[in-house]
This record gives sequence, structure tokens and C-alpha cells, in this order.
Amino acid sequence: MSVTSKTVATRKTKHVDAVLKYTRVSPASNVAFSAIFIILALLCFLPALLVAIVSLSSEHSVVTKGYSYIPMSWSVASYAYLLKQGSYIGHAFINSLGVTVVGTVIGLVLCSTMGYALSRPNYRLRGFFTWFIFIPMLFSGGLVASYMINAQVLGLKNTYWALILPICCSSFYIIIMRTFFQTSVPDAIIESAKIDGARQIRIFLQIVLPISLPAIATIGLFYTFAYWNDWMMAKYYLDSNHQTLFPMQYVLISLENNIDFLTRNPQATAPGESNNLPSETVRMAMVIVSVLPIACSYPFFQRYFISGLTIGAVKG
Amino acid sequence: MNKAETNKPKVVKPKKGDNGGSTGSSFDNVELFLLHLPTTIWYIVFCYAPIFGIIIAFKNFTVAPGRNFLYSLFINSPFTGLQNFRFLFNSSFFSTMIRNTLVYNIIFIILGVIIPVTLAIMINQLYSKRLAKVCQTMMFLPHFLSWVVIGYFVYAFLATDAGLFNRVFVALGVGEPKHDWYGDVPFWRWFLVFLNQWKGMGYGMVVYLASISGIDGELYEAALIDGASKWKQTRYITIPLLRPIMSIMLILAIGSIFRSDFGLFYQATRDSGRLTSLTETIDVHVFKALLVVPNINISSSTSLLQSVCGCIMIVLSNVAVKRIDPDAGLF
Repeated sequence: MSVTSKTVATRKTKHVDAVLKYTRVSPASNVAFSAIFIILALLCFLPALLVAIVSLSSEHSVVTKGYSYIPMSWSVASYAYLLKQGSYIGHAFINSLGVTVVGTVIGLVLCSTMGYALSRPNYRLRGFFTWFIFIPMLFSGGLVASYMINAQVLGLKNTYWALILPICCSSFYIIIMRTFFQTSVPDAIIESAKIDGARQIRIFLQIVLPISLPAIATIGLFYTFAYWNDWMMAKYYLDSNHQTLFPMQYVLISLENNIDFLTRNPQATAPGESNNLPSETVRMAMVIVSVLPIACSYPFFQRYFISGLTIGAVKG
Repeated sequence: MNKAETNKPKVVKPKKGDNGGSTGSSFDNVELFLLHLPTTIWYIVFCYAPIFGIIIAFKNFTVAPGRNFLYSLFINSPFTGLQNFRFLFNSSFFSTMIRNTLVYNIIFIILGVIIPVTLAIMINQLYSKRLAKVCQTMMFLPHFLSWVVIGYFVYAFLATDAGLFNRVFVALGVGEPKHDWYGDVPFWRWFLVFLNQWKGMGYGMVVYLASISGIDGELYEAALIDGASKWKQTRYITIPLLRPIMSIMLILAIGSIFRSDFGLFYQATRDSGRLTSLTETIDVHVFKALLVVPNINISSSTSLLQSVCGCIMIVLSNVAVKRIDPDAGLF
């Protein structure tokens, strides 16, 4: 019986496909649409390519020919330079990596626990806490009040925590999690575990989390990209004399105004060496180093982002 | 707010206070509370404390040397009522700041619906699904880049000396050599719009594409039998079915109409002093009045005004959308 229903289903989709062939746009429109999308795709991709090419150009080429898609000569001097300054650039890279990992883990813990509690229909404080996380979506104290609390009261200024804590929880993510738990974790499993005497914490850790990996992975990815790309927290809470705390993005901001930033840094170069600094290409090489992890990984993860968007319509 | 909860299929719903199991519900409640206690603390510290911190806006904030912030705020700073706001409304930058924020956001919101919806409908029509996939992936890239990185991309094109634009124009013999792009107000007026759309286009398209692919193909089949053209199918099937997601995106966008994209206006323009007539928006101003040239009275009152207006806008837009379509509201 299942076989017949399957064949009927296939026949039906084939049939629909065949009909959809007739509802397609005309071949001329198809060519026009394709051309438009190829242009748009190049528009999104070519700027990144230009920066990559500049980072691989020789300094001489950039000085004489400017930033160009076709440099006069190629060189990896900028990357060699970055490697040579390994201790400093490496430190910024590790800062970014550490903040991303710790922030993602903390964020996932905060969002999933709250999302789980709000998804339990019998939880007595559920109504109260649903409003509790919803109100900050409508009204916030604004930048100044947050800044004062974080910097002056909590003393987060010039600490790693300033890069992590202010952005590690989000009502949106909690609602996504809650909706996922409500729709995808069967009540029966939880009830039966309860009958077997499991406590809520154990149910959450051993039953709910393992079967919720898709949602955890999706929200985890949101966090990972957000932390890796974050520069505002560094701009707000880090002073320029705390270079050891700088993440990649903030090093890029510092390089924007003065390439000397690298040479001023006592760890970066021995005295007298600064003349060899391939300044123009080094900047672009830094950009590429900070973009590369993202550019290489997002094509594989984008389906999670898409599923995250639809994972249960962000509705309160 | 409770609609989603009531729509949900009720499997086993024992009455309150009875969990149907051997463990008492009071245990459950305590355990669940303990489970989300860290999140609750986070919300109190990072969301609710700043909400009470808005009293800074009603005080003449004066730092007491050698004392902590709370002493300065509560003891050392006198209440001044609405004086900060009066000063703000009378200041020279106020109208520029509000105008830039609102005008740009209105343009961004309108284009931010039209362009992605159009692109999503178009990309769905491409014969080659492979081409569609590749283009979609490439157009998604800017969404994953920070404004700092995009600022460098822009710089590679616009730099006065080595920038690609100036070099190409010199080679072609058009335009003035060494054109100062970062001081070119007419250019940036539209380039800001371009950058905003460029970064958000791929993301918006994917959002709407996900909804389009959820539409039942038989609807189009029926329309075809009735002799509807492709255009009419789009007009009478696709767009009406996209309306709920469009209205949610719209509420979210209108709710943040008083919030300007700090990265776009400050970071991508490299805080160019000659562009301030365009880039002076609420967030940029709050940032500068907080950290660059500190004036806590101005920044706190601007920041509070932004929050209040934003809250009003999100509630109003939700009411408006619900009046058009009762199921489409966010809450």
C-alpha cells in the first residue's frame, strides 16, 4: 500500500512539474533574469576579490598602479609580514576566536534554558517570564544607560567580558528556541521521563538537548558569526592602550587611521625595520585573514541560516 | 501574544498544579526557575538595569571625583526635569539628525521590501536551479561581513590616491584626477542607499524565497487552467501569500525606524568630517556625545528619545498591520 501511495505521489509531483513547465517565464525573460542575477552576484563578490588581489600584489604595484584587479606583479610579502608579526596578529586572532567560542557557549546556555522553561505548558511562571523577555524587545534603556551600567557599575571596561556579556543573550533567539521545543519535542517523551523519576534539569540535558541539535546548531551559528564580526563592543569598551585585548575587527579599525599602529606597537617590529612595512597590502591582507574563515564556511552553513529564519516564524 | 500558544495542538494538558506524573508540580516549577535563573539575572543586569538608568536623561550628570558612578548619579547630579530635552530640541544639529535618520530609514524600508521580493520572485523563475543557487550564495556574502570589512572594500574603490575609481577614471581620461570621494556629498547621498541595499539584498531575498518555495504548486496549476498569465499568477497568488512575512519584516523595520545603522553611517564613511550633513544620524550622534566629545546630558536624552519613539513606532505599526490582516501582527 505504501508503494502505491508513493507511486501516486511521484506521478503527482511529475505531473505538477510538467504543468509548471508551462507556467515558466518565456526563454527571453529567462535570459534577462539570468543576466541580472549574474551581474548582482558579481557585484557582491568582486569587491572581496579586489581586496584579495591587492593583498597578493607587490607593494611596488600598489604604489604605482593603485588598487587594481590586474597587478603588475604578485607577492606574498604582506602575508609573510603578518606571519613574522605572528605574536601580535596571532594574539588578535586568538582573541577573536576565544571571544567567539566562549560567547557562543554562554549564549547557547542562556537561550536554551530560558527557551525550554518557557516551552513547558505547566510552568507556573511562564506567562510572567514570556513578558519578561518580550518587554526588552520593545523598549531598551538605550546606549548611554547600557554603557554607564556596563562600564561604570559592572566595571567591564577593558576586559574580555565587555566583548562577550553585553550581547550574549537575545529575546529573538529565546523565542526561536521556545517555538522549536514546543513544536519538535513531543510532550509524551518528557512526561514519560518524568514518570521514570527524572528531574527537569536531567530531562533538559539528557533528552531535550540531544533531540534539539538542529536548533542548537542554528542558533550557535548565529552567535558564532555575530561574535566574529562584532566590533562595536570593542569600540565602546576598549581603550587604545589595551592592545592585548583587541579582537581582529578592532585591529582593522585601528589600522584604518594609521598603519603606524603596527609599527608603534613595540612587539610588532624591531626598531629601524618599519621602512620595510608593505603598508598598503598588509592592511588588505589583514582584512582577508579576518574574512577568510567566514567566506569559506558560510556556503556550507547557509542552509542552517535559511532554516533558522523559518524555524517557527519569530512570533511572540 | 497568546495566539501561538492557543493554536498549538493540546496533547496532554492536565490542569494546573497536576503534572500527571509522580513528581509534584512545585518541584517542577522550582527546577525550571533554577534552570533559567542565569538568563533571568542576565536580563535584569543588561536589560532592566539600563531601563532604570534612563533617569540620567533627567539629571544634570556631574561626575564626583573619586566617587563611584552611582554616587555621582544619585547624590551629586541634581534633577533638572526636561531641561536636557529642551536643550536638545533647541540645538542646531537636532533637525539634521532626525531628518537624516528618518529619511534614510524610510528609503531603506521601502527598497528593503520591494527589491528582495522582486528578486526572490525572479530567481525562483530561473530555468537553471544551479545558477540560482550559485547566485544566491554569492549575494548572501555581504550579509556575513562586518561594516569594518565593508569599509575596507569601499576604501579600495574610493581611496583618493590608489583607489580603483580614480585610477580607472584617469586611464579613461574622464573626471578630475585625484577626486576626493570621501568629501563628495552628492555621491554619498545615494551611495549610502546603495550600500545598505547591497548588504541586505541577499538576506532579504532568501527570507522571501523560503516563503515562496513553501507555496503549493497546485495553486499555480489551477491558475494556469484558468488561463492566468505568469504576471497574473505572481500578482494574485505569490504576492498575497507573501503578505504575512512581508508585514512581519515591515513591523520589525518600522519599529527600528529611529535606529540608524551605526556601521553604515560611521564606519563605512570612515567618519569623514565633510559628510556629516549626511551621516549625522541619531546613533552616530549618541556615540560621539558619549565617547568622542563627551556630553552625557545630550547623549542620554537623545538615547532615551530614540527608545521611546522606537517603542511607540513598533506598537503603532503592529496595530496598523493587524488592522489590515488580523493574523499578521507580531504580538
